[in-house]
Amino acid sequence: MLEIKNLQVKLEEEDKQILKGVDLTVEAGKVHAIMGPNGSGKSTLSYVLSGKGGYEVTGGEATLAGEDLLDMEAEERAAAGLFLAFQYPVEIPGVGNMTFLRTAVNSQRKARGEEEMSAADFLKLVRAKAKDLKIDADMLKRPVNVGFSGGEKKRNEILQMAMLEPKMCILDETDSGLDVDAMKLVADGVNALRDEGRGFLVITHYQRLLDHIKPDVVHIMAAGRIVKTGGPELALEVEKNGYSDILAEIA
Amino acid sequence: MAAPQVKQGPTQARVDALELPTGGWSTPARQDALARVQAMGLPHARDEYWKYTKPASLVDAAVILAAVYSTDETPMFGDMDRLKVVFVDGVFDADASDDLALEGISIDRLADVKDIHWAKDLYGVLEARGQDPVERPLATLNTAFATDGVLIHVTGTPSKPVNLIYRHDSETSDAMLHHVIKVDSGAVLTLLENGPAAARFNKCLEADIADGGTLHHVRTQGRDHERRAATHIFARLGAQSTFKSFTLTVNGVMTRNECVIELTGDDAFAHVAGACMGDGDFHHDDTIFVTHDAVNCESRQVFKKVLRNGATGVFQGKILVKPDAQKTDGYQISQSLLLDEDSQFLAKPELEIYADDVACSHGSTSGAIDDDALFYLQSRGIPHSIAQDLLVLSFIAEAVDEIEAEALREEILSRSEAWLSRHRND
Repeated sequence: MLEIKNLQVKLEEEDKQILKGVDLTVEAGKVHAIMGPNGSGKSTLSYVLSGKGGYEVTGGEATLAGEDLLDMEAEERAAAGLFLAFQYPVEIPGVGNMTFLRTAVNSQRKARGEEEMSAADFLKLVRAKAKDLKIDADMLKRPVNVGFSGGEKKRNEILQMAMLEPKMCILDETDSGLDVDAMKLVADGVNALRDEGRGFLVITHYQRLLDHIKPDVVHIMAAGRIVKTGGPELALEVEKNGYSDILAEIA
Repeated sequence: MAAPQVKQGPTQARVDALELPTGGWSTPARQDALARVQAMGLPHARDEYWKYTKPASLVDAAVILAAVYSTDETPMFGDMDRLKVVFVDGVFDADASDDLALEGISIDRLADVKDIHWAKDLYGVLEARGQDPVERPLATLNTAFATDGVLIHVTGTPSKPVNLIYRHDSETSDAMLHHVIKVDSGAVLTLLENGPAAARFNKCLEADIADGGTLHHVRTQGRDHERRAATHIFARLGAQSTFKSFTLTVNGVMTRNECVIELTGDDAFAHVAGACMGDGDFHHDDTIFVTHDAVNCESRQVFKKVLRNGATGVFQGKILVKPDAQKTDGYQISQSLLLDEDSQFLAKPELEIYADDVACSHGSTSGAIDDDALFYLQSRGIPHSIAQDLLVLSFIAEAVDEIEAEALREEILSRSEAWLSRHRND
């Protein structure tokens, strides 16, 4: 589904190499997790894949279902099926959550040459999905993320994911700022979307999220590279001993 | 006292090109205004109050040309139940207008009434009060020479808004209208205004709101690109009264909107807000002066300007708090969203406070589109141009939110959205 080969990325404004050759393949139907110390390049990877400005790709490639991602605008990547759940969802005063969601759904459909969803169908769908995530009508009506709690913002990210039905979901520290109950709610939302046609890349600092969203593969990232890959037990090892053992082992 | 030498010629030329309407109750006020405007002279580029806006095209005696723009869009406020009063190039159009009878108000026309009239106590009176401490000669010129306008006495709560519609039909029209609105104690009126009005438009609105009265005012200044307008609002508020005014401006090479508000009764409430969106040859000036002269009044000024392709926005806003106006709550914000580096925003926020127990705040900012918000929208599949439009609407929303009625807020937002989709750079 997602194939990254030797991806090298530097900051556009300064001469600072962040990713130094990342190799990663996420198959459809699988959940991969990336863990790693602060500053290892995890968030940068998610931003570069989803098309945020400010980065320069200096080498390597990334494809989604065979399509070259790096050549597309951010909105084209989304229409091609890529979704990033933000670590810090952005507040947009004055734009209603519903308007935002409907514009997003229909923009993607239009880009794919599909028919736009009618207002009635959209409303029905969004209400059903919102209910599962315990998002009430008031939250749907309010401006995007404005006045939302940390948990509400993350639930809103998952709602967007559920509405847009992407092929490949990247979750960037979705557990940050969540209490245990909120994390469970978010994880349930993600698990409901697990499907054999869909891949997941879960970026996290903590094993805790992975108790709820069970990964198939765990990668450790450090200094701009994937330095170790293993099964779910690798996350437990990190939780118990920290990164220093693993980093020492590969040094 | 004679006007400064530099102003005498242009002022006389302008006055000579106009005809003073005579006969009837307004004659003394008009003659008085003529003397006043000749004494002060029309605005000049060197006037401090006109530092950011060149007054020449609003002052010149010469005819100003503006092409007429035609469209098949539904007219503004077209889906709402309202009482229409239509002026074409400043001339009343009886056929296009509704019957002026409506329960709760009386509407007369300035050009119609010759006998003694209640408006005699207000016509030119609030305008004259608004000349101190800053002169507003274009309003005085208007008091002298206005050819028509409406005189609305609000005695109750009419079932629908009054909509003044200004059509522009002649490329050379030079219209001057003067409205007087008297809101009785406890009465409520919503006044809507829309349309380009004329090639050049000079409009004056005087509103006297008695204790406990309410006036909601929503206007849009469209769309004919070459049109010019100088407008004044003079509002006097009694105790516990409310005045809310919102203006949306799109297009127009030159607009100067002055608003002079006097809070004379305790616990009164004045909100004046505006949003403008300019593309290219566009100059838009909001000049606001709010005087607090009573206890525990609240005033808000919220102005948002979206500028691109060399458009210019100006804001001059002042809050004056007199010595006895304790417990004043004054707020003022003016912000611009500059969509490119060619556009500019010039702001002069002023506070002048003589009372010691007040809360007044002001702020002014210029900014560009927020890249993080733009990326967030694009990452959901929303194309760049639509994402930018959403963020522009998000920017003006704080001003639009000042409008009380939801239907009007939505009308303004949907019109703004349509304008944006017609003015994309890409």
